[in-house]
Amino acid sequence: MSYRTIDRGAAATPEPVARKIRGLSDRAIAWIFVAPTIFLLLAINIFPLIWTIRLSFTNYKANRINREPEWIGLRNYERILTDSDIWLNMQATAHFLIWTIFFQVLIGFALAWLINKKFKGNDLWTTIIVLPMMLSPAVVGNFWKFLYQPQIGLFNYIIAFFTGKEPSSFEMLGQVNLAPWSIVIVDTWMWTPFVMLICLAGLRSIPDYIYEAAEVDRASKLRQFFTITVPMVLPFLMLAVLFRGIENFKMFDLVVQLTGGGPGSTTELTSINLKREAFEKWRTGYASAYAIILFVTVFGLASIYVKALNKVKER
Amino acid sequence: MTSFLNGLLRLRRGPWELVATILIAIGVFMLMQPFVIWAFTYSFIVTLVGTVMFIIVSHFPE
Repeated sequence: MSYRTIDRGAAATPEPVARKIRGLSDRAIAWIFVAPTIFLLLAINIFPLIWTIRLSFTNYKANRINREPEWIGLRNYERILTDSDIWLNMQATAHFLIWTIFFQVLIGFALAWLINKKFKGNDLWTTIIVLPMMLSPAVVGNFWKFLYQPQIGLFNYIIAFFTGKEPSSFEMLGQVNLAPWSIVIVDTWMWTPFVMLICLAGLRSIPDYIYEAAEVDRASKLRQFFTITVPMVLPFLMLAVLFRGIENFKMFDLVVQLTGGGPGSTTELTSINLKREAFEKWRTGYASAYAIILFVTVFGLASIYVKALNKVKER
Repeated sequence: MTSFLNGLLRLRRGPWELVATILIAIGVFMLMQPFVIWAFTYSFIVTLVGTVMFIIVSHFPE
């Protein structure tokens, strides 16, 4: 049956085309199959990147398409890298990045370690813990906004219950010293399950006989944890840090929904600032230079992480 | 230390990758540190040199 289909297909191929295909080497045929993907990759990834690099040296404004962009060399880069407001945005991003990764790794690993222990309702708890990750960042941002309300928000009441403070005496999203922590809390709440899942995969990949051998050698639980569990989960943890690091460096939707970058510019992360420059002030050339700076930073960080990951895997 | 310098002179991947990695790490720290603005100003060029160096030296022999 299948032979007949093939024969029919071969018979339907026009003779000049069939002759051409018969004359092609395996390598050429492989290239024919791969070419559309390479073309798409060039069109969607490489071309915009090169175009952005080109624009970063001009004063192009996307809302004035009739005006010819002027070549201004490195002036955009100079302006960005001497701007104290952008420096503050970078510090806000660093605060967000460092603390979210710290808490997510710490809590994610702890949760994975607990879930890995066999107990009743294990699967149900895993599903419940993973739920926040499945929500849309816009939805999460919106309902955390309600939770942070000083008058009616549940978060303020919980803090008030433990500290004895008045619930309306502090405003998580409105106070300069609390707003950066409010976005850290929400991102940690949302993305800790992701880190937990990766850690859980790592923990479940450790064979039981290693622990049994350690038991025979009378290694304590603490020693087993630091000499077996941690080193074997480390590549997975580094992968989680890499993913979360890159994602949080680009964080936009959640923070825009929660604080919009405020109060003032205390939670204005680089991506929010970049969007303002590109689509509110329409300084496209300037925003392109800004994007290239962020791209090089993320690319550099990713290179370090990939190298470290390979090294850990080799061990 | 001697083997590291020998590796650099003989264009080996390991030591050169280490130099590139240190440059990237310094560049990212300079970009996000809250202490001096001149470090922020020169952060990009340091990160760029480190990243380009990393791409090139990762093709060096082991």
